[in-house]
Amino acid sequence: MTEMTGAEMVIEALADQGVEHIFGYPGGAVLPIYDALFQSQDRVRHILVRHEQGAVHAAEGYARSTGKVGCVLVTSGPGATNAVTGLTDALCDSIPLVVITGQVPTHLIGNDAFQECDTVGITRPCTKYNYLVKTIDDLPRALHEAFHIAASGRPGPVVVDIPKDIQFAKGTYARPKEFQHKGYRPRLEGDPDRIKQAVEMMAAAKRPLFYTGGGVINSGRAASEHLRELVKLTGFPITSTLMGLGAYPAADPQWLGMLGMHGTWEANWAMHDCDLMVCIGARFDDRITGRLDAFSPGSRKIHVDIDPSSINKNVKVDLPIVGDCDHVLADMLRAWRALAPAPNPSPQAGEGRAEALKAWWAQIDKWRAKKSLAYRVSNDIIKPQYAIERLFALTKDRDTYITTEVGQHQMWAAQFYRFQEPNRWMTSGGLGTMGYGLPASVGVQLAHPGSLVIDIAGEASVMMTMQEISTAVQYDLPVKIFIINNKYMGMVRQWQELLHGGRYSHSYSEALPDFVKLAEAYHAHGIRCEHPRDLDGKIREMIEVKRPVIFDCVVDPAENCFPMIPSGRAHNEMLLGDAAASVEDAVTEAGKMLV
Amino acid sequence: MSTTTTTHYPASTRTEQVETRTLCVLVDNEPGVLARVIGLFSGRGYNIDSLTVSETEHEKHLSRITIVTRGTPMVLEQIKNQLDRLVPVHRVVDITMAGPSIQRELAMVKVRGKDEHRMEALRLADAFRARVIDATTESFVFEITGASEKIESFINLMLPVGLVEVSRTGIVAIARGPEAMLSRA
Ligand SMILES: Cc1ncc(C[n+]2csc(CCOP(=O)(O)OP(=O)(O)O)c2C)c(N)n1
Ligand SMILES: [Mg+2]
Repeated sequence: MTEMTGAEMVIEALADQGVEHIFGYPGGAVLPIYDALFQSQDRVRHILVRHEQGAVHAAEGYARSTGKVGCVLVTSGPGATNAVTGLTDALCDSIPLVVITGQVPTHLIGNDAFQECDTVGITRPCTKYNYLVKTIDDLPRALHEAFHIAASGRPGPVVVDIPKDIQFAKGTYARPKEFQHKGYRPRLEGDPDRIKQAVEMMAAAKRPLFYTGGGVINSGRAASEHLRELVKLTGFPITSTLMGLGAYPAADPQWLGMLGMHGTWEANWAMHDCDLMVCIGARFDDRITGRLDAFSPGSRKIHVDIDPSSINKNVKVDLPIVGDCDHVLADMLRAWRALAPAPNPSPQAGEGRAEALKAWWAQIDKWRAKKSLAYRVSNDIIKPQYAIERLFALTKDRDTYITTEVGQHQMWAAQFYRFQEPNRWMTSGGLGTMGYGLPASVGVQLAHPGSLVIDIAGEASVMMTMQEISTAVQYDLPVKIFIINNKYMGMVRQWQELLHGGRYSHSYSEALPDFVKLAEAYHAHGIRCEHPRDLDGKIREMIEVKRPVIFDCVVDPAENCFPMIPSGRAHNEMLLGDAAASVEDAVTEAGKMLV
Repeated sequence: MSTTTTTHYPASTRTEQVETRTLCVLVDNEPGVLARVIGLFSGRGYNIDSLTVSETEHEKHLSRITIVTRGTPMVLEQIKNQLDRLVPVHRVVDITMAGPSIQRELAMVKVRGKDEHRMEALRLADAFRARVIDATTESFVFEITGASEKIESFINLMLPVGLVEVSRTGIVAIARGPEAMLSRA
């Protein structure tokens, strides 16, 4: 129990929570906290960003690459409103954050005071929870609760809004010991009977499939380990969502690639044709399901999720299991082994079962033979897919983290950068926030100073938060901004080409800056590459330079991202690029299946 | 490729029957809790037919919210789960599905009129077991409790008699039998 000001309590609580870094931007309503930071610089290190949205994305990158809670400090009014995109992004992707906002003094709240906004009102729908702290006595509890709520259960962002007079007020601070929230108790253990039932369904399945998502990553390293073991033991194929990449190693033969709108032919067909879908930590999002009434019509579905509201939201499942992926997967492993310890294909197999699984794999191999990610390589112009393939080849044996912006480059990165480990892939999945990747890379690099951190960017997206390169320069964070520059908002252009008669309304990236000069202006290192033969050398140069780099990779402006499940279609109505089988072909096969 | 849908969202393909349910929600009585509940309903496009709220356990600062809502079974399940997910929500019980229950509303009904109309108003009030809680020479305020339908018909009957205004509480509900539905340590 010590007497101190509210501002000092903030620092004290952060230190008690083990926070080493906080991203922020000062202003009138947080000056007391900045003063306290100044006086205790050894305890929590503050990273000055260039825009509050950047602070939140940086904290997201930090959180996703470490599994810790990311922290942000911003001022009232515009500081808080600038943070809203980041908060929404973190809510959509279940990223644990604690965002501290300054507020006008309590006696001015509601008076339209200078830089006042209704922060708790504005952020209520885009946070997991938020606080307006109205007395100094509530502050320590609110701060510690915020961390607990952000990190536990389904993680998410929590805002603590602290009026300026509370920051000045004196009170007693004690670090809470055993911590229990009044009512909030996320459920971690899955129901054992259901887990047993799940394993029995798995043992009886003929065309089983694991469909996993970001929940496995969020659940921690152990969850990925359990998943790997379970997939190996069962011999089942596995596919993951955009958010789930890395939980299962992409190089493994049981991996079918990503599923969904730009997923592989084999992953989406397996989803469509499976007889048992084991969904773990994914949420049947519309990018995944396509047309709902045609989604995997013949399968029974098991759904493991920590959030009961994710279950039966879009798709009715046969066996819901509410619990943390880590716990449930560990229990599933035990139950599977108890059923029969024999390794794959399947425990109580019997010949028929083993045969069935073999036939299923034979079918999957046929889909694989379609080579749905194939593209036409060119000797004259850099194909975006080729750029990412080379980037992968030249960085895969290093300690590498990848972030992205949003658009075609993001989908190509997901398809062609083959992740072997969890927490290595940071992308804005749920909200699809252009401008996420650069600040996220700053946060990742801060958490992993010796690692190679690359933002695979689009030339349009990167301009939304470009100013954060200045943050990278200030703190010697050698992030690599690898811009797939197709001179278009490529994803918008693709939709306009396919759905709006090729009318490219405002999707051309007009008046682009010279990215090399821009890098230099920021005291970063600029590289431009326009020819395939120069690519490897220049990627190596990028890796060698120990400073922030902006890499302008000039690519084919007309390339489209395939495969693609078009607008509200079903998985079996996927389109392929012309380098794979023709579109015609796809439709015929789809037609057959649709009878 | 040609397609008629120019959206990249899947079409709505649900055709389930819509049902009405009464939910009882036990919440921490803290600032903003009602905004959270209402914001959830408006933000996710759920219906609210009736909503009542009051602190019911003062020492624990717990309030009980009764919500009457409509939706398909899948949406209703979502509503319950989404409510349950809110941090200050302790428990959500679907009173309609949990067994026999009683649902009541209170209304205050102001009627204005003279002579024969006054007599008629009193006669109807008597039949409906409504009480007079305010009277002047030309008006009455009746208090009536009961199921919503009963209140509805009372109001309809008062219309020709000289109905002026109505104030209703919305529905409160409780399960029949000895058990407490919402108690939890
Ligand atoms: C903040 C924001 N605004 C608009 C969009 C819609 N949008 C999605 S992709 C995209 C184009 C992105 O262009 P670019 O960054 O060049 O990536 P490319 O698709 O060309 O790889 C746009 C405008 C978005 N996702 N985020
Ligand atoms: Mg582009």
